[in-house]
Amino acid sequence: MHKLLTDRAGEKMLLLGNEAIARGAVEAGVAFTSTYPGTPSSEISLNFFQMSQESDLYFQYSTNEKVALEVAAAAANAGLRSMAVMKHVGMNVAADALMTLAYVGVKAGMVVLTADDPYMFSSQNEQDNRFYGKLSGLPVLEPSTVEEAKALVPYAFELSEKLKEPVILRTTTRINHSTAVVTLDSIPPRVTKGTFKKDPFNLVTVPAVSRKLHAKLLEHIKEAKALSETSPLNFIEGEGAWGIVCNGVSFAYVKDAIKDLDVAEKTKVLRIGFSHPMPEALIQQFLKNCQKVLIVEEGEPYMEEAVKAFAQQDGNTVEIRGKGEGLFSRLYEFDPQTVRECIAAYFGIPYTKPVPVDVSDVPEVPARPPTLCAGCSHRATYHAVKKAVEGMDTIYPTDIGCYTLGVLPPLSMADFLLCMGSSTGTAGGFSKATDQKVISFIGDSTFFHSGIPGLINAIFNNHDLTLVILDNGTTAMTGHQPHPGVDMSRLHLEGYGRLSIENVVKGLGVPFVTKIKPYKVKKSIEAIREAVQFKGVSVVISEEMCVLYAKSLGLAKGKPFRVTDKCKNHRECLSIACPAFFIWDGKVNIDPDLCTGCAVCAQICPENAILPVKKP
Amino acid sequence: MKTTRVIIVAVGGQGNLLASKVLGEAALLADVPVRMSEIHGMAQRGGVVESAMVFGDAQSSIISNGEADVLVGFEPSESLRALNKCNAKTLVITNLSPLMPFTVNIGNGVYPDLDRLQELIREKTAKLIAFNASALAKEAGSIMAVNMVLLGALIQTGTLPLSADHVKEVIRTKTKKAFTTINLKAFDLGFSAARQHA
Repeated sequence: MHKLLTDRAGEKMLLLGNEAIARGAVEAGVAFTSTYPGTPSSEISLNFFQMSQESDLYFQYSTNEKVALEVAAAAANAGLRSMAVMKHVGMNVAADALMTLAYVGVKAGMVVLTADDPYMFSSQNEQDNRFYGKLSGLPVLEPSTVEEAKALVPYAFELSEKLKEPVILRTTTRINHSTAVVTLDSIPPRVTKGTFKKDPFNLVTVPAVSRKLHAKLLEHIKEAKALSETSPLNFIEGEGAWGIVCNGVSFAYVKDAIKDLDVAEKTKVLRIGFSHPMPEALIQQFLKNCQKVLIVEEGEPYMEEAVKAFAQQDGNTVEIRGKGEGLFSRLYEFDPQTVRECIAAYFGIPYTKPVPVDVSDVPEVPARPPTLCAGCSHRATYHAVKKAVEGMDTIYPTDIGCYTLGVLPPLSMADFLLCMGSSTGTAGGFSKATDQKVISFIGDSTFFHSGIPGLINAIFNNHDLTLVILDNGTTAMTGHQPHPGVDMSRLHLEGYGRLSIENVVKGLGVPFVTKIKPYKVKKSIEAIREAVQFKGVSVVISEEMCVLYAKSLGLAKGKPFRVTDKCKNHRECLSIACPAFFIWDGKVNIDPDLCTGCAVCAQICPENAILPVKKP
Repeated sequence: MKTTRVIIVAVGGQGNLLASKVLGEAALLADVPVRMSEIHGMAQRGGVVESAMVFGDAQSSIISNGEADVLVGFEPSESLRALNKCNAKTLVITNLSPLMPFTVNIGNGVYPDLDRLQELIREKTAKLIAFNASALAKEAGSIMAVNMVLLGALIQTGTLPLSADHVKEVIRTKTKKAFTTINLKAFDLGFSAARQHA
């Protein structure tokens, strides 16, 4: 049985933040769950997926976050407790649906989980999604610990049902990817089938209806604010004259800092866990009798602006600081030392910083950047494109996935990236704005996610570009999740459809479509050359399963290669930057444990010096 | 309870996350408060994996520069890279078997000299325990058990409020059955090695 389905209340378990959230959802009786995978949220969905295999919990990998939110919104409007899970930038994709869902509301509890990524461990930006609460009018809850992450999910569902609105549960990487001991509560039965009651004049958002619904939303916000004022998630600890307001993981750093600096007698802390709407009266009460107030929050000065406004309303002129020179940054993730140092500096507490060892005389340690795996098909495709366009002035708009690692030299196959799906749209723009040849890259999962509209746009507006779809049969970057093009029978899962990228592309009316097997180097170069020479929209579908995925499915059959005596040290094989290569004694070698036998290097070698390892 | 902060650094695939999970489960078994955190951006693609483990009374799950009580490196150059996490009182335990970064393999970058690396760590920290953990893992039956070798060494030093029995109990019950014997042997080999190299 899946460990998160253990129905033994009181049992203690060591859980990752994301496991704790998934468990919290199960303890809240969630019935309907959906996602588009994205780090740092991915393990929540993975656990839903696994649990759905052995229980009546429904889970789906949706095409993108907007669809994930829409299916969950429908389920919640049919009476099922539902949850849509996404990373912070996924919320941008879902935002169109979210903004009006706030007008329509829900019948059963619905939680939208957004996982922010301060420091951008694995994201293209570090936007602060608390502002989605303000923008949509929906409540926002934020846990400070792994234990609280679990506890907040049932709270969020109850709040959602009280307000008849979806609730945003906002985490950060440091909660998602921390581990702690969590005490289990019991699992209630799930309501897995609902009924939709027609009510078009409240549910169909034509202008006349929406005017009414917006007024209703404002009422709900007022109600939410009253709940935030008295919520146990917004609480005060201590009684000193130095005030600290904090949220999320910063609360842990603040608590440790107060202990380390030995100022518990002098400080009081307001922890905000219900951060939209902010508890105005509670904050005004907290500010009274404070000599000085410090706001500790990662990301934007979201609470700081609110606290300052509330103080002004109340005629309170106490000094309030947060972001700014000598204090906290809007950049990146906090850590215990930064928080301790800022608290000491702001309140004038004597403090000696810990002294890290002096590393000035330590030789530079060679970098270990993430690279495309040995045998990765993207490397083969990139090589073929490079050869096919030799001498041409090119632009390579790229997209989000493992293949973005092609940005690193010596591959250097990425020139422009905004977000999921941007390769197709920006390719069209570059093709009109310049005379350079535009060749853009997109993965299979990203193509389904949001690449298709840009391609349709290119066909309609008659752009001249080549789109290379890197089809490796899975969503590789986030851990091999399925997408609409995946053969689910390979995973022994039944009851799924499957879309062919080739049919989709041809169905859209792309005038030139070709398919390559990227491990066949010569043929691939020829096919790409033809596609690039085509005037108009051309699509190259490069089909080869992700090597890691193939290995996990037991489908990897390649035998390792070696460099023989025929090698004349041209080192052209090194141009593809395969990590199986190493130089020893001035000569190129291949690590047989890493080589997957893709044989791309063997086809590149001008001396044919790379051959399969002989069987002993 | 006294707070003990441990950083474990490794290259993706060396089993760092399993090692910290075993320690976390052992802490749960021993009723020792524990918080941990992992940074593994793109570990499967050859990057560095760092785990932070905070035992005892603390709320934070990460460790600032200069604040690690113990640094465990599964790979020597990674131990050196993580030296900024240490202070003059830090105990460092490192494997001495290198995994060459790809940058070095293709001639862009020089791998640090292993003798100099040990000298530097010894000079700057309280104590260094350095040995070839990969060789001991192979002796135990699998290079994959290098994580268990280093766990054995860590427990031998007595810096954590966890006993060898607690950790071995977790290895028996929470790691893959097929590897239990190898893992336990690797743990014992690491335990003895730390005593020898102390």
